[in-house]
Amino acid sequence: MSGAMVQAQGVHKRFGTLHVLKGIDLTVNRGEVMCLIGPSGSGKSTFLRCINHLEKINAGRLFVDGELVGYRESGDKLHELPDREVARRRTEIGMVFQHFNLFPHMTALENVALAPVRVLGRRRQEAREHAGELLRTVGLEDKLDTYPVALSGGQQQRVAIARALAMQPKLMLFDEPTSALDPELVGDVLDVMRRLAREGMTMIVVTHEMGFAREVADTVVFMDEGVVVESGPPAETIDAPRHERTRAFLSKVL
Amino acid sequence: MATSELTEKPPGRPEDIKAVPVRRPGRWIAAVIVLIIAASLIRSAILDTGPNKGFQWSIVGHYLFDANVLHGAVVTIRLTALAMAIGIVLGVVLAVMRLSPNWLVSGASWVYIWFFRGTPLLVQILFWNNIGALYKTIVLGVPFGGPGLIHANPNSLIPTSVAVVLALGLNEGAYMAEIVRAGIISVGEGQSEAAQSLGMGRLQIMRLIVLPQAIRVIVPPTGNEVISMLKNTSLASVVAYGELLYSVQLIYSVNYKTIPLLLVSVFWYLVMTSVLYVAQYFIERRYGRGFTRAEQAGLRERWFALGSRGAT
Repeated sequence: MSGAMVQAQGVHKRFGTLHVLKGIDLTVNRGEVMCLIGPSGSGKSTFLRCINHLEKINAGRLFVDGELVGYRESGDKLHELPDREVARRRTEIGMVFQHFNLFPHMTALENVALAPVRVLGRRRQEAREHAGELLRTVGLEDKLDTYPVALSGGQQQRVAIARALAMQPKLMLFDEPTSALDPELVGDVLDVMRRLAREGMTMIVVTHEMGFAREVADTVVFMDEGVVVESGPPAETIDAPRHERTRAFLSKVL
Repeated sequence: MATSELTEKPPGRPEDIKAVPVRRPGRWIAAVIVLIIAASLIRSAILDTGPNKGFQWSIVGHYLFDANVLHGAVVTIRLTALAMAIGIVLGVVLAVMRLSPNWLVSGASWVYIWFFRGTPLLVQILFWNNIGALYKTIVLGVPFGGPGLIHANPNSLIPTSVAVVLALGLNEGAYMAEIVRAGIISVGEGQSEAAQSLGMGRLQIMRLIVLPQAIRVIVPPTGNEVISMLKNTSLASVVAYGELLYSVQLIYSVNYKTIPLLLVSVFWYLVMTSVLYVAQYFIERRYGRGFTRAEQAGLRERWFALGSRGAT
């Protein structure tokens, strides 16, 4: 597993009778930025949630940094990992949600400093200083003691990114991070993500922002109805798609 | 209705019609009725007439600060506090159990709630007070016939004071469980997903993320529960436990001044519940932090929003 940060082999996911992922094969290399695009219901978000085991996969194998997600393999049997181990692995994966999911009863600074103290056992003072620095880098140095309810959507999402980064993850997952934002607030969030990509963070981004995907992504993957239709650099997937379904989708969003 | 007849009367000052909003004679009629009823009630209360000299306010005044009555009020407060403490702790435990993915754990919680909500509190109090008739000895040790470590006689282990606290507390636990559960459910799925993705464990998420937010939903009905509990403690009088009601009963069983002494207890119950209403307002404001940009609802509005629930 030299460069692969995420490797999916024939990943299937069913919700009852609904077959959401029908055999996903993907590799995301260390330092790579991958954008997942596709119509809603195509399974992009579900795939993202499988990567940090918020959803259990039904078939196939999913590796993060060479380790099987959610299971331990010995012989020909899979053993479920204990909750503690699942949680430990999640600390290495940052996730940003469409609806931010900030903790409303905590200030921006407390949101960012919480997990480093409670999960990683960092000293409170140290964690708060680091949280302050992170909030400064996302342009919120004057909002440290503000509760989420008093922040705009774009500001909330930047706090959420800082919160994920505070765990010093090796992989960042973004689940439609700008879809719930007013158009004029999207830019600030994308700027933060752009800078993160430049700094070499491995990122998987589910997005409808084609401009961002074209500019930042190393690989753009088009998914539809639970399968990867095509994947390649943005110049191919977005600008010269080979498949009819990709062309049909892009003609609607571009 | 009388409305049309009255509004069709020629107005005395025509120029006023534009300024004055629609007349509502129904309100005036209702107000008059209310005033008449109130006046006659007050008159009957003050005049001390009737065959048995009615309310006997002088006796009420005489016993209002009687040492035995005040002691009874203190016992009522202590009983309320203890029973609520048991109820809240038990309620949180039962609610978390109820939401457990383990069906045996959640089923046990369901059965508990079903049993304690499905039987009258008065019966439960009598039951606990007579537990000695059911179990001759209580043994703490290895179950199913193993060696016992501690042997006790229920009558000495569970005197009336303990029986009453247990009965009220265990019963309250069932009600609090439903309140806490509603609070936990009210916190969105996204909150625990965000916490999970930060690597937090189930209990940590419950303690640091879910419960602090659920508190906002839990506090108002819990305030009502405290008020209900305060009143329900009077049921302990049936097993001769010396709370407020039993204290006045002891006095009127000797001097036969039943009504004035019940009024004494009414006065103290009202004083205590009123204090609780005010306390609840401030506690709610405290836990609303992070959910409203500014506190706008006034004390008066809150007062009327509360108290919509009777004794359980």
